[in-house]
Amino acid sequence: MSASSAFNDEKGGSSSVGEPEYGHDPASGGIFSSDYKRHDDLKEMLDSNKDSLKLEAMKRIVAMIARGKNASDLFPAVVKNVACKNIEVKKLVYVYLVRYAEEQQDLALLSISTFQRGLKDPNQLIRASALRVLSSIRVTIIVPIMMLAIKEAASDMSPYVRKTAAHAIPKLYSLDPEQKDQLIEVIEKLLADKTTLVAGSVVMAFEEVCPERIDLIHKNYRKLCNLLIDVEEWGQVVIINMLTRYARTQFLNPNINGGGGEKTFYGSDEDEDEDEEEKEKKPYVMDPDHRLLLRNTKPLLQSRNAAVVMAVAQLYFHLAPKAEVALLILFEMISTLYTCGMFEPYLKSFYIRSTDPTQIKVLKLEVLTNLANETNISTILREFQTYIKSMDKDFVAATIQAIGRCATNIGEVRDTCLNGLVQLLSNRDELVVAESVVVIKKLLQMQPEKHSDIIKHMAKLTDNIQVPMARASILWLIGEYCEHVPKIAPDVLRKMAKSFTNEEDIVKLQIINLAAKLYLTNSKQTKLLTQYVLNLAKYDQNYDIRDRARFIRQLIVPTEKSGALSKYAKKLFLALKPAPVLESPFKDRDHFQLGSLSHLLNAKAGGYQELPDWPEAAPDPSVRNVEVKESVRAVGTVTYRDTGALWGPQKMEGSEESDSASGSESGSGSEESGSGSESEESEEGSESEEEEEEEEEKDKKKKKKELKKPVPETESLVTDLEGLSLSDSVLSPATIAPSSVLKNYELLHRITGEGLSVEYCFSRQPFSPDANMVAVQMQFTNSATSDTKNLHMEDVKLQSGMRVKEFPEIGEREPEDIQCTAMAVMGIDFCDSTQAANFQLCTHTRKFFVSIQPPVGELMRPIFLTENEFKKEQGQLMGMNEITEKLTLDAKCRNEHAIVQRVTTAANLSRVPCGSDKECRFAGRTVTSSSLVLVTVATKEEGAAQLTVNCEKMVIGTMLVKDILLALTQ
Amino acid sequence: MIHSLFLVNASGDIFLEKHWKSVVSRSVCDYFFEAQERATEPENVPPVIPTPHHYLISVLRHRIYFVAVIQSEVPPLFVIEFLHRVVDTFQDYFGVCTEAAIKDNVVVVYELLEEMLDNGFPLATESNILKELIKPPTILRTMVNTITGSTNVGEQLPTGQLSVVPWRRTGVKYTNNEAYFDVVEEIDAIIDKSGSTITAEIQGVIDACVKLTGMPDLTLSFMNPRLLDDVSFHPCVRFKRWEAERILSFIPPDGNFRLLSYHVSSQNLVAIPVYVKHNITFREGSSQGRFDLTLGPKQTMGKAVESVLVSSQLPRGVLNANLNPSQGTYTFDPVTKLLSWDVGKINPQKLPSLKGTMSLQAGASKPDENPTINIQFKIQQMAISGLKVNRLDMYGEKYKPFKGIKYMTKAGKSVLQRMHIVNCK
Repeated sequence: MSASSAFNDEKGGSSSVGEPEYGHDPASGGIFSSDYKRHDDLKEMLDSNKDSLKLEAMKRIVAMIARGKNASDLFPAVVKNVACKNIEVKKLVYVYLVRYAEEQQDLALLSISTFQRGLKDPNQLIRASALRVLSSIRVTIIVPIMMLAIKEAASDMSPYVRKTAAHAIPKLYSLDPEQKDQLIEVIEKLLADKTTLVAGSVVMAFEEVCPERIDLIHKNYRKLCNLLIDVEEWGQVVIINMLTRYARTQFLNPNINGGGGEKTFYGSDEDEDEDEEEKEKKPYVMDPDHRLLLRNTKPLLQSRNAAVVMAVAQLYFHLAPKAEVALLILFEMISTLYTCGMFEPYLKSFYIRSTDPTQIKVLKLEVLTNLANETNISTILREFQTYIKSMDKDFVAATIQAIGRCATNIGEVRDTCLNGLVQLLSNRDELVVAESVVVIKKLLQMQPEKHSDIIKHMAKLTDNIQVPMARASILWLIGEYCEHVPKIAPDVLRKMAKSFTNEEDIVKLQIINLAAKLYLTNSKQTKLLTQYVLNLAKYDQNYDIRDRARFIRQLIVPTEKSGALSKYAKKLFLALKPAPVLESPFKDRDHFQLGSLSHLLNAKAGGYQELPDWPEAAPDPSVRNVEVKESVRAVGTVTYRDTGALWGPQKMEGSEESDSASGSESGSGSEESGSGSESEESEEGSESEEEEEEEEEKDKKKKKKELKKPVPETESLVTDLEGLSLSDSVLSPATIAPSSVLKNYELLHRITGEGLSVEYCFSRQPFSPDANMVAVQMQFTNSATSDTKNLHMEDVKLQSGMRVKEFPEIGEREPEDIQCTAMAVMGIDFCDSTQAANFQLCTHTRKFFVSIQPPVGELMRPIFLTENEFKKEQGQLMGMNEITEKLTLDAKCRNEHAIVQRVTTAANLSRVPCGSDKECRFAGRTVTSSSLVLVTVATKEEGAAQLTVNCEKMVIGTMLVKDILLALTQ
Repeated sequence: MIHSLFLVNASGDIFLEKHWKSVVSRSVCDYFFEAQERATEPENVPPVIPTPHHYLISVLRHRIYFVAVIQSEVPPLFVIEFLHRVVDTFQDYFGVCTEAAIKDNVVVVYELLEEMLDNGFPLATESNILKELIKPPTILRTMVNTITGSTNVGEQLPTGQLSVVPWRRTGVKYTNNEAYFDVVEEIDAIIDKSGSTITAEIQGVIDACVKLTGMPDLTLSFMNPRLLDDVSFHPCVRFKRWEAERILSFIPPDGNFRLLSYHVSSQNLVAIPVYVKHNITFREGSSQGRFDLTLGPKQTMGKAVESVLVSSQLPRGVLNANLNPSQGTYTFDPVTKLLSWDVGKINPQKLPSLKGTMSLQAGASKPDENPTINIQFKIQQMAISGLKVNRLDMYGEKYKPFKGIKYMTKAGKSVLQRMHIVNCK
């Protein structure tokens, strides 16, 4: 409301643009003094203590900026508010600063310290926005400060801040190109980042700062290919374009020896066998990385974003074997593809509607013309005929030209086209006639001898047609082929000589030409006429015409002085002229990268990167190999979200797994964000049995499928990811808690279970269906001889408040599968207590009473805190909530690494970065109530140490202290 | 990438400008105005205009030109697609995207643009994320804010921004859990003068309105998924699952979104549910012409054809038309020569017709162009391609949602019937 009122204040002059606005605006007034006054009241508001007044003032100022008015004299008053507590005021001040800082550099410096403070804020959004504004202020003095801030932010824990850092790189580069070397270092660092959030932005920075440093991509190539599907759409476009260029430098041309063959070989794994055959036949073997790129981009053709589709299309166009390009993509600049017949089936999509804008009509026409061939030309021509009757005359003209091009390209229909065009000559619309004449002229030139009657017909038209271009064309035709129409030609010249003075220049030139040609072939009849025309031309106003007349007179009329040239006059004038090639106006564009701005404009735009040619020999592919990193790095130091990216490829490759709802451990996206939430989700959803049943049924089917051959499936997954540096981390979903950390507990022993043994572990994965539940992963092994059917849970006995999400029933197992193990994941909400969940495990014959009791360490999930946040939170959890114990560390456990390892094994916590090496800090939240759990281990001399646990829930705290003590001392 | 954005209204005023890098003077728009003047129709303004130092890329939506200024190489579709996303976001926030709405909410617009682009590169374009950063203005919220002094601006990083499902915010709660899906199909067709279809295609979309608590995981399956041959998905749809099973499996964004758009090509025979019979004759030596138009339904599976609107650009020689509709109303604009007939609902028992005479300009020759008729219509509860949703299942949450699916077929931009004018001697 306030915004609207602010606007209304100034609405007076909104109807006009630019400068006059000031004059009409009652608020601003035309005079400086009143202008000054208005800003005075804004200044007053900005200086007041009330946030609401400040906000109001800022809103009005932003409205002014939006309308392009100058608000720069308010700079000092605004900049004072940069440290304002109210976040909206702050944001608007940022908007103002970015707009005007460049103009008022000195004053802008006043705000820098605020941003520097903001860069250290515990809130990642504030850190990021401080960096954004700091880097957007285009003031050269602060370049070093910016550089420092970017470097720091590039190693920030929050991927969002790192993304902002990537965005800041091109800003700094454009401000001071001398920083390039340092910036490249930062880019290199960020390129190694594994999160999807950062990937797009850093590639963007790479493209702007150092597109020539292709070597930086090697190590990250496979990772980028694999992350691509999960990157946001804008990043996808940039990455695809960059990878196109990269691939052009690193891989061999797949079309070089006879094309890529008939088979397509991207896509599903079924094709693999055919692939092998193909490879044997041909010497060319596609680099697996090349194929990886093609395969990983293909699904993006289904993107909702046209830019992404276009980017993939151009990638395929430039990189794929020709046979693979046969994908349906309807895009505007299709006309470059006229060598391929692949769009033929889609011919009708290009039929023109009278409602299309003219430019689309013309483009569609272009496409139709390019697609025309012997088989479809008759349909196309019939379609063209209807277009000629259209009301849009420009379009009709374009159609006629298109018909001409079809006629030149396809010999069979030339006569038909010509006849059709001749019919058009009697059209009532002059433009249509003129256009037809021009096209007919070009067509006739190809085979004049056959068509003397058409030439005669056209000669008659000179009486009626007034369009100069058409008249000129007719005259040229008659002159050129005067031998075919010996009787008519002199008569036409006679008529023209009569009207010479009233003709347009272009027609006059052709009249002179006609006269000259006739003089040379038939001087008896035309000598006088020619002289008359030349005399008229001699006194023409246009000097081109005078020159031409003089030149021709010298050339054709033999005098004593005329040189040797006149002997050749006939040869000069009546030489056989090559027939014109009717060309598409869209030719010659193919040297630009498809889909780029330069391609559209057919001119090189600034910053356009040439697409390099394929290399003669493939560069060493091993540069893309990356050593597999140990998961040590992961312990404690990785932010939780880091795993997010790693889930990506899995979502792609192992869809079956990831999609079995509520089932196996990789519900990819859902879990991820579920866990990230502050989990305020409703505690109780109204249960509906019907729904439950349906679900169960579905799951049964799915499980069955999974159970049949679980082992090969994972294998294919592994092979799919082979050669990727990522594969390790992808497959072990335990970046935080390495798999060794997971402790297995026994639920049912082999002997009591009569051959069926069940183990479980707390997988420490977020449980996708309900973030308040702890995921329990169960492993069933059947070593009995009889088969087990219908494994399911029954009769769940819980303490009040606890809930269980049962695992879906595991169906029938064939006898041959007896040895195989099956996995299932269930969720239990323990209500932050270590009470056991009791239930019956049922097979089709037996029931077993079992219970799951969680160690206290499994009742929490790791969260990420900065050191400051940690200290702040710790400060609030003093007194009763703090438990401290002294201990002596186990001899094997005196270094930091071991401590971290043991604590994270005992409890599902994540490590908090810490300045001193004497302290290790860990943080987490309980799963159900989201209460903070903070753990500090401070080491002293000779293995002495102090353990501090801060937790709102004292029971959990005490139990946790016991567990960790045990872990550290044994 | 994108340097600046100018919003230009129909009368050629720049009413909003935003710069992400150095300020580009608004005089750069002069090139745009020049091109605008040259174009006969508003849609005919070329989308990319090169100027000596910049390139202008524009889209026209809701009678507002969104003109982006760029300086160096960038895929033009990238910019166009982004501009469309901006418009969609405005529409999402303000209900309509008009000049008045933008001017009234100029501060929110500015905050949005600031979040959507950083240094000209898209930063956050997901509506769910933006809505957490900047809350959409409602009357209630504005009132509360003025009283309590709270703000429209979020202080925390939106949860979606960091997750792998950036389109969904966490902690969503509803008392009524509902999921509605609208299957809307639009037919585009060209019919020749004898009434046979030359080309026809169906553009379909499934728009969803999902208001579900928590983190639901939905699957939607079709009775006949093979019908869809060219699909594009919202990023939430799991592609592999579709490839393998032809099932849409997704974690939906909160609120309204377009789940899927698809294309049923002319290869599958598409039946146009309406036919037009026309008879236009001009007699030599008379300045009068006869005009006769009859509409009828065909293959509508018993569903009523509603909101029928027929429009046609008559030849230039026509001076006036004196017609008599059997139902509905018609208008003829003697200046633009546009005839439009609002038919309403077609009653199969009594077919609507439009009959009468046209008068030609004195001395004008008989028209030889063939006009086209554009037909608009709507059919409720039917998807013309025959697409049917089989079932919708939800996983991951316990409650039972209320589910609804609605079908609709309507004419796209152009169901064109080509007409033939008979000139009798």
